[in-house]
Amino acid sequence: MSVRNQGIVPIRVEQDVVLARQAVRKLAQECGLRLVDQTKLITAASELARNAVIYGGGGDMDWQILDEEGRSGLRLTFRDEGPGIGDIRQAMTDGWSSGTGLGLGLSGAKRLVSEFELDSAPGKGTRVSIARWT
Amino acid sequence: MAELQQRTLDALQKNEGWLLQAWNVDLAGSGADQDRRMSAEELGQQTADFLQLLVKGVRQGGGAGITDEAWAAARGFLEKLSRSRALQGFESQHTANFIFSLKRPLFTLLQRDLSDDPRLLAEQLWAISEILDMLGLFTVASFQKSREEVIRRQQEELLELSTPVVKLWDGVLALPMIGTLDSQRTQVVMESLLERIVETGSEIAIIDITGVPTVDTLVAQHLLKTVTAIRLMGADCIISGVRPQIAQTIVHLGLDLQGIVTKANLADALALALKRTGLSVVKA
Repeated sequence: MSVRNQGIVPIRVEQDVVLARQAVRKLAQECGLRLVDQTKLITAASELARNAVIYGGGGDMDWQILDEEGRSGLRLTFRDEGPGIGDIRQAMTDGWSSGTGLGLGLSGAKRLVSEFELDSAPGKGTRVSIARWT
Repeated sequence: MAELQQRTLDALQKNEGWLLQAWNVDLAGSGADQDRRMSAEELGQQTADFLQLLVKGVRQGGGAGITDEAWAAARGFLEKLSRSRALQGFESQHTANFIFSLKRPLFTLLQRDLSDDPRLLAEQLWAISEILDMLGLFTVASFQKSREEVIRRQQEELLELSTPVVKLWDGVLALPMIGTLDSQRTQVVMESLLERIVETGSEIAIIDITGVPTVDTLVAQHLLKTVTAIRLMGADCIISGVRPQIAQTIVHLGLDLQGIVTKANLADALALALKRTGLSVVKA
């Protein structure tokens, strides 16, 4: 697996979510993802970026365009230094939210992508990595 | 921070006329007077006004920074100048140059008048340079603030513009949504839609999301709330413009839009709305 290109998009305030979404759209097109896959990845990124702002107090999105055996993919990693998630199983449950949302962001994002990795502990911040391949 | 000595102040005051002239020449050299956005007279008036304020500032405030009362008038002047420059569409660099182009004439003057005391000269050059730098930075900061104000105003205007509620038929309203549905905009959209429903006595509202690129859980939540509010008012709501990729995304996200009537495009939504109001379209 080789990294074709990579970069960082800061997500500090609510407006940055829109910018992150636009960045992902451009990258997904560059990567050659189909329209449906683009839309799914953008929506997942939108959820995770908003989580990073609202619950994590802001963070960063790392992106990587990957090449592997004739297929390419886009990997996004959302990092924040927020309070972290205490009960990951509960957080991944449909309909559960510690805030006022619908409680579908995290679990929905997982269903929208082909790779999903969540790494978090109380006081350690949260790191979510997602990827989608052509 | 170095203090300005009496000799410097005297030199400044005595040579105000010469300074002004030299400053204007320098500004003209940088092409500032060639700009059609501002007349040479206007620029001349600004330099004259500011030089007076500067001399007053250094006389009363000495070299102790530009944040105190003695510099209030000069700061006010620069704020006004930056704002007008921002509105006229000048660059920040150009605006800052208004101050920085004063350096050469001031240095020349001090070199001439204090040449007998090199120690004092160096110290005074440093002091005056510090003041000019602070004034320059202040100018750039206020310029940026004015620019941001312009941007904020445009954003607010956009907020109003992007929420047109249109009447498609008697009793049928449509709201074509475009762009990002952030919480602030959705609030405005919802209010104007609910008001128009009351005003027109409409029974059906169609929310068209063809122009919304991403439907995530927050957007869905806003839509659900709007639909609920419309129903509470006794009207009905149809969501149109659900494209294939959006439909698939909604399914995977696990959003429950059951109980809400959705259509792929606005035409289908209008046809349904007409049918519900008891109307049918036939070929003439």
